[in-house]
Amino acid sequence: MKYQAVIGLEVHVQLLTNTKIFCGCSTRFGAEPNSQTCPVCLGLPGALPVLNRRVVEFAVRAGLATNCAIAPRSIFARKNYFYPDLPKGYQISQYELAICSAGHLDIDVDGETKRIGITRIHMEEDAGKLVHLDTMEAGEKSYVDLNRACTPLLEVVSEPDLRSADEAVAYLKKLHQIVVYLGICDGNMEEGSFRCDANVSLMPVGAGEFGTRAELKNINSFRFVKQAIEYEIERQAEILDDGGKVVQETRLFDPATGTTRSMRGKEEAHDYRYFPDPDLVPLVVSDDWIAEIRGTLPELPDAKKARYTGEFGLPEYDAEVLSASRDIADYFDACVALYPQAKPVSNWVMGEVLRALKEDNRAVADCPVTPRLLTEMLRLVEQGTISGKIAKTVFDEMYKTGKEPAGIVEEKGLVQVSDSGAIEQIIDEVLVANPDNVEQYRGGKEKLFGFFVGQVMKASRGKANPALVNELLLKKLKG
Amino acid sequence: MELYELTIHELHEKLKKREVSSVEATKSLLARIDAVEEKVKAFITVTPEEALKNAEAADKRIAAGEMDLLTGIPIALKDIFLTEGILTTCASRILSNFIPPYDATAAARLKERGMVLLGKLNQDEFAMGSSTETSWFGKTRNPWNLECIPGGSSGGSAAAVAAQQAVATLGTDTGGSIRQPAAHCGCVGLKPTYGRVSRYGVIAFASSLDQVGPITRDVTDCAIMLGAVAGHDPKDSTSVDTPVPDYLKALTGEVRGLRIGLPREYFIEGLDPDVKKAMDDAIATFRGLGAGFVEMSLPHTEHAIAVYYLIATAEASSNLARYDGVRFGYRNPDARGLLDMYMVSRDEGFGAEVKRRIMLGTYALSSGYYDAYYLKAQKVRTLITRDFIDAFESVDLILTPVAPTPAFRIGEKENDPLQMYLSDIFTIPVNLAGTCGVSVPAGFNGDGLPIGLQLIGRPFGEETVLRAAHAFEQATEWHKRKAAI
Repeated sequence: MKYQAVIGLEVHVQLLTNTKIFCGCSTRFGAEPNSQTCPVCLGLPGALPVLNRRVVEFAVRAGLATNCAIAPRSIFARKNYFYPDLPKGYQISQYELAICSAGHLDIDVDGETKRIGITRIHMEEDAGKLVHLDTMEAGEKSYVDLNRACTPLLEVVSEPDLRSADEAVAYLKKLHQIVVYLGICDGNMEEGSFRCDANVSLMPVGAGEFGTRAELKNINSFRFVKQAIEYEIERQAEILDDGGKVVQETRLFDPATGTTRSMRGKEEAHDYRYFPDPDLVPLVVSDDWIAEIRGTLPELPDAKKARYTGEFGLPEYDAEVLSASRDIADYFDACVALYPQAKPVSNWVMGEVLRALKEDNRAVADCPVTPRLLTEMLRLVEQGTISGKIAKTVFDEMYKTGKEPAGIVEEKGLVQVSDSGAIEQIIDEVLVANPDNVEQYRGGKEKLFGFFVGQVMKASRGKANPALVNELLLKKLKG
Repeated sequence: MELYELTIHELHEKLKKREVSSVEATKSLLARIDAVEEKVKAFITVTPEEALKNAEAADKRIAAGEMDLLTGIPIALKDIFLTEGILTTCASRILSNFIPPYDATAAARLKERGMVLLGKLNQDEFAMGSSTETSWFGKTRNPWNLECIPGGSSGGSAAAVAAQQAVATLGTDTGGSIRQPAAHCGCVGLKPTYGRVSRYGVIAFASSLDQVGPITRDVTDCAIMLGAVAGHDPKDSTSVDTPVPDYLKALTGEVRGLRIGLPREYFIEGLDPDVKKAMDDAIATFRGLGAGFVEMSLPHTEHAIAVYYLIATAEASSNLARYDGVRFGYRNPDARGLLDMYMVSRDEGFGAEVKRRIMLGTYALSSGYYDAYYLKAQKVRTLITRDFIDAFESVDLILTPVAPTPAFRIGEKENDPLQMYLSDIFTIPVNLAGTCGVSVPAGFNGDGLPIGLQLIGRPFGEETVLRAAHAFEQATEWHKRKAAI
């Protein structure tokens, strides 16, 4: 490829506040149309916005987590345009003085770490929703639902530091992970809680100046981001190959075809006539408030990963899986706090716990095997009360019933047999029942050892202490 | 003496002593409206049923001993204040069918005190004008001379008080819209400090300039009305959380030692001679009362009108975007498609002056022009504000005329917007600086038209402004003259 792609992302993050950004209406998703509205979010004459402080807190959280500077004073501005889903005829946003700026995120692509600049993060209100219906009675009509109007959003604008679709996806996943970790966004891309526009341009490899960019809209999954950007890179490359010029325009991604098509050109671009909103006073965020918010920040994925590999000595892979979501990490941390042996805990969490949850399509927080139950079971293994193999049976039972592991072991008679006399007796029975195999083994076919172990374990219904079985079996076979 | 002639404090005394009931007073005012409204046309909507219902409730309250200064007082509001369940038009066709689902905070505060609502008053469309000639519902006339304008934009609010169709009214003032009509109609009109009264539920013209205030028959009533509506409102982020003083207590009659500034830029050649004489007389009266005068300067005054017509129109162009025919208000029923619906509805819904200002403001905010117009205007606004701050280092009040001339004739300036804009030349700087000013009757010209005196105070200096206005009123007889209709 003789072109270098240059990509910048604008991500809209819908915030998990209970109420809207400029009024007290609920932000609940899926209510009756226009049931969550008031004079303010309906844009009625005379209504005035009042800023929800929680939104500011969430914006500061996002800024701190992405290494941004937090502006001590920022300004809300009006972005003016007409559309029926925009009740006031303007959107209240931030323009010249945004609350967060000059941050960055580190992403890992192909084993390399790359720093992606974040130009700014600003707060704004969402618009409503248009519903177009064509019914027998009413004919073709459009309806406006303003439940979503005035819902708080953060817009996170990256620097044009991304150079491929894979980098863009890695950045987006990282940002997604952080906002969900922070508890400020539910991260639901299908419902539009986390949505992305991409600015894509090409320049000849080695060139110093960026090419003309197209802005891609309507990309609502990680897969579509990759698709849309890759399609767009190909499209622009073809134009340049043919000696043409890429035009600056807004293009709509069509998930059905995986292509983009022109929505509006530069000459049709809006003049938004931004100006400071005179209904809102400048927002002042004190150092004390920032410090207070900093104090409430959870440990973020990168820090967790570093702690898991460093302090806990876990392999990179384990650390990656365990820190991928805050729920898993919280579960894991809770287990380690009760049973400070990171590797066995990691094995169980990454293995049985995640497997069971996945099969069941259940959230980590709803796992019937709580960290206390899991670690008590691990203790039973450590004490030799049950074998690792039996532990899986106990785990399944705990998952089904939520019962205590000791109770299950007792109830089902799963206590490990570590009485050498009892095991020897089983071994003797197995050897007597399989004289041919004994002979072959003694004749040098040592691979048969596994067969004997299996038979002994089976005869003990899994309860025999495997280490002891190995030891005694070897002794008996060698005679 | 008829009940409709009484001031708030006079009627309050009679209600308190049970000499009259609120229902009687209300009926007297409603009868007065019936008698003169055809000539004055101060109202867009009269609400007799609402008024009598309020009056009955007020009488019950009075009987129960739960009386406030405003309980049972018949009051009318500029049609810019949202009133729940009562048509609120802002004098525009585009809101000609708008019944609000909620009350403006100022209206709600008066209701809580037991006001009797007589109706909604005429004004310039969206408060854009100085003559009440731009209303979709017709022109209001000046009770002192029906051929003259009452001033604007709160022309209905001033005319109704002057014609004794309401005991007191509320108006709004963006560039002089309370003070100028009060002056033209011989009433007292106060524009409080920006942030003193909530703007919630007041239809916005220019958000950084709009302020609610009373128009009354005397200064005492003005103090009562201000005290009732002032104060922090959590629903208006620009309302200021400072305590509301007892404005009545400020009316001591004492102005000795007060330093009053006379800004050079306001006493210019070509000032109407009657206005000039009224100012000279007023200065003499204040001197007689023991106040001192200093000549001073507000050096950036000459830019005020230009700055105002950039900032106010810019904000208005955005504030009026919500009138799009989608959710409420006028929509052309035959429009085809979205763009057509917007364009036809707005074209038919707005009058010429409103459209002119939307276009001016849109232009001022457009990319490529923003820095040269809007941004520069904001910078000059800061200089104008600083003029006042500096001036108040050495004076307590500033005395100026309210308007360069008494009321002009209907139609005289209708087709000359620049001349019309100049009629607010002495009031606009106060809005730009965000401070307070009162208009008090200070004389009449040879044709019997009232002349108003403006006293400008420090931000949140309403007590001093009212004290001086009250002392002047007590020393003169102008406020006692009544318009003969």
